[in-house]
Amino acid sequence: MSNDPKYLKETPSQTAGPYVHIGLAPGAAGFDIYREELGHDIAGPNAAGARIRVEGVVIDGTGAPVKDVLLEAWQANAAGVYAHPESAGEVEEGFRGWGRVITDFATGEWSFKTVKPGPTPGRNGQMQAPHINLWIVARGINVGLNTRLYFDDEDNTADPVLNTIEWEHRRATLIARKTGDSYRFDIRLQGEDETVFFDI
Amino acid sequence: MKPAEFYQRDRNWHPPALTPPYKTSVARSPRYSLLSLETTPSEITGPRFGHSDIDPLDNDLLQNYAQAGQSPIGERIIVHGRVLDENARPVPDTLVEIWQANAGGRYRHKKDTYLAPIDPNFGGCGRTLTDAQGYYYFRTVKPGAYPWRNGINDWRPAHIHVSVFGSGFAQRLITQLYFEGDPLIARCPIVQTVSDPLAIDMLTAKLDMNATIPLDTIAYRFDIVLRGRRSTLFENKLEGN
Repeated sequence: MSNDPKYLKETPSQTAGPYVHIGLAPGAAGFDIYREELGHDIAGPNAAGARIRVEGVVIDGTGAPVKDVLLEAWQANAAGVYAHPESAGEVEEGFRGWGRVITDFATGEWSFKTVKPGPTPGRNGQMQAPHINLWIVARGINVGLNTRLYFDDEDNTADPVLNTIEWEHRRATLIARKTGDSYRFDIRLQGEDETVFFDI
Repeated sequence: MKPAEFYQRDRNWHPPALTPPYKTSVARSPRYSLLSLETTPSEITGPRFGHSDIDPLDNDLLQNYAQAGQSPIGERIIVHGRVLDENARPVPDTLVEIWQANAGGRYRHKKDTYLAPIDPNFGGCGRTLTDAQGYYYFRTVKPGAYPWRNGINDWRPAHIHVSVFGSGFAQRLITQLYFEGDPLIARCPIVQTVSDPLAIDMLTAKLDMNATIPLDTIAYRFDIVLRGRRSTLFENKLEGN
C-alpha cells in the first residue's frame, strides 16, 4: 500500500474557437434552439442598487478589436452577496449575478446591463472594493483569461487585490471609467497597457 | 470541515498562452505573467443552474433541432462520462454544454463558410446537468473533420467543444473532446498546444462498447476533471468560509 498522494489531473483547456456562440449563445450564431439562452439577465428584475451599463472592446496585440470574443461576468449584488451558498447573506429573487456577453461581430464592441455590486469580503477580514469578475474566451486564447473590473467612482485605495499588483500604473487597467450613463472597460490582451490577468 | 481554496492550476499541464504554431494565439496572448491571486469568495463562488434552466431534450442533438420524424445525417454516438474534481469526487448538478460541427464538418454559424452543407436536422449544440454522481450524457452524431485557416492544409480532427462550470468561478473550463484513433490529433496545432501526451490522452474520448446500444448507437467515454479543493485547515482564513 503506497502513501503516495493520489490526485487526478485537471482536464486541460482548449480554445473556445471561433464558433463558441453555437454552444453558448446560439442566437448570435444565427439560430434559435433553446427555450431560453442562459446568461442574458445578470441581475434580474428585483435586485436593489444602481442599475448600470458596462461597455468595452477586447483589443489584440496589433491594436485590432477581437470580434469573436465571449466574456462571462460574475458579481455580487449591491449588498455584496454572491448567489452561492458559500456567500453569507441572501440575494434578491431572480438575481444570479452571472452573465454571458458577446460582441458585435462587425465592431467588437460589447456591453451588458446589471446592478453595481457592493463591497465583498476578501481574505483575513479585509473588504474588497466593488468589482465584477470577468472570464474571457476566444479563438486564439488557449486558457480562459480571468480579470476584474473595478469602478472609477468607488474608493479602490484599500482593495487588497489591486494593491497586490506591484506595478502601480498597471492597476489602472482594471478600473472602468464612467462616461455618461456607462462604464467603459477596454481589455488589452497584449501590448501597451496590457490588462492585468489573474491566475486565480 | 468546509472545503477551502482550490488547488493551484498546473499551468504546465494546460497549454501556454503563446503557441506560435497555432497562429491566432500570437496576437491574442498576454505577454506579462499572470498575477497569482490567493482566492477570495469572489473566485470560490460561481453561478449555479437547475432543471428549470434547461429542457429534457437539450442533451439530445439527434432530436433537439430535427424536424418531426427526421434525424441528422451521420454516425449516431453517445458521449458520456462523469465530471469529477482532482480529489476524484463527483461534481453534481453542474452545467455541461457542448457544441460541434455536423457529420460533414460544417458548423451552423453565420461565420462558417466551409463548402460542406448545413444539415437541416442538426443544430450542433446541447446542454445538461450532471446528476448526483457527476454523471452526464449526450446523444449526437460524430462530427466531421474540417479544414481551417492556419497552415494552408491544416485540418481539425473530429472534435466536440465542452464547457463546464463546477461550483466556483475558478473551476470554469472550456475544452475539446477528440476521438480515439484519429490520425489528425497528432497533426493538429490546437491539440498540440498541450505538450504532455498524458494530457492529450485526457482529451481523447475512448470507445465504450459496454455503453454502446446494439444495432443503434455507438458510445464514447469522456470523463472531465475540474480543479479540486483543499479540505485541510489553514490559518490564512477566508472570511465567511
